[in-house]
Amino acid sequence: MSKGSYEVKVGLAEMLKGGVIMDVTDAKQAKIAEDAGAVAVMALERIPADIRVDGGIARMSDPSMIQDIQETVSIPVMAKCRIGHFAEAQILEAIEIDFIDESEVLTPADEANHIWKHSFKVPFVCGCRNLGEALRRIGEGAALIRTKGEAGSGNIVEAVRHMREVQSKIRQLTKMDDDELMAAAKDMGAPFSLVQQVSNLGKLPVPNFAAGGIATPADASLMMQLGAETVFVGSGIFKSEDPASRAQAIVEAVTYYQDANKLLKVSTGLKSAMKGLDISEIPEDQLLQERGW
Amino acid sequence: MKIGILALQGDFDKHRLILEQLDLEPSLVRYPSDLNHVSGLIIPGGESTTMTKLMTRGGFYKYITSFANTNPVLGTCAGLIMMSSQAKDKRIKTLGLLDLDVERNACGRQIHSICVPLNVNINGKSQPTEATFIRAPKIVRCGPNVNVLATFNGSPCAVQSGLHLGLSFHPELNGVTIFHEFAFKKSVALKEERIHAA
Repeated sequence: MSKGSYEVKVGLAEMLKGGVIMDVTDAKQAKIAEDAGAVAVMALERIPADIRVDGGIARMSDPSMIQDIQETVSIPVMAKCRIGHFAEAQILEAIEIDFIDESEVLTPADEANHIWKHSFKVPFVCGCRNLGEALRRIGEGAALIRTKGEAGSGNIVEAVRHMREVQSKIRQLTKMDDDELMAAAKDMGAPFSLVQQVSNLGKLPVPNFAAGGIATPADASLMMQLGAETVFVGSGIFKSEDPASRAQAIVEAVTYYQDANKLLKVSTGLKSAMKGLDISEIPEDQLLQERGW
Repeated sequence: MKIGILALQGDFDKHRLILEQLDLEPSLVRYPSDLNHVSGLIIPGGESTTMTKLMTRGGFYKYITSFANTNPVLGTCAGLIMMSSQAKDKRIKTLGLLDLDVERNACGRQIHSICVPLNVNINGKSQPTEATFIRAPKIVRCGPNVNVLATFNGSPCAVQSGLHLGLSFHPELNGVTIFHEFAFKKSVALKEERIHAA
């Protein structure tokens, strides 16, 4: 009997493939997300776009707000804890959250260490900008990886950069000789055994999703075509003019990401997307993707 | 032999790997017309609310039920929910391929997900296997023509009726091939025998 084994944790990540995980701030939004076909919701008090505007310290959400959402929807509910804040993660595990996102969207609690995720029974998802970061998180026990992008920007450019970075490095590893892998592991700062595994598999050993800046059905399709297996949409839905129809359109765009006619159909007549930010407008010290190591 | 895997959402890629191990040719099904080219169908694990939306929007219901009249269908977890008579949840529209009722997420949230050893009765023979239950549904009523192949915690978790096989767990996560083999290789043999006999 094994509850909470690594395989069982990765198992839930497998079930989320080909879907859309949506940020929601209350039960009403969670219901809209579920009705639109979301495979899971991420419960948080403020979506990244608002965290950016409000400033201050962003922490784990009030458990009562998360429980309210858990009671409303039947799909998995995820929630965020601060990087390195294992006490927040323990609280999220106690309310039986389905997935914990150790997230750069919240203000980091530890500037040197991430959570040792193997000691938890619930699975974790972590962000990455490159393959080395992804493998360090998997080494610590992450059951799911998402490329970071730039949360709350409504701008896909960073998500594309990070996904291309991960995929191109994976391709390089598959072509390397065995005697080159140790040097590659050293360069990336990644555990050697995982570097070997990626070199053999030609992919990450856990599912690889995309996040941070997805605002349109075309953005979702782009990330899927670049190798994402599911997308997280944060501010992109509930900062748009008509969240329900945009949510539904993005769900269809992920399933039919290779079908341009279908994408044309779901992209047509949608009300305005979130406004979004050029990355150069964001002061460097406010880039969320720089958090985590 | 080409087997379709409903690829609207879920762990369809894991099923692809199992089919390849059995020398069956996997084919992803994203449109009802894709069913014209396959001789069996897998409805994978995933979220049954999402599958209901996408199957409704894609107009799948009548095509899958008519396909299932003469072809084998295997459903795992959410796939079992979709194959059931009812899920007692108005968010879910089921196909009614198996005469049974299910309760979604009856085993609890992810923290209660589990991998256990299990004995399964296939072809009158008891075989040990491994079963991974992820936020699993529970079968709460079984019709008289439904054969129970295995139980877990006192409830049926593997059932078969005619050409249709439903599992509340995920053999595809453990690399277990016996259920796919039973659903598609054995049932085909059975179907051919029947045609032969007629």
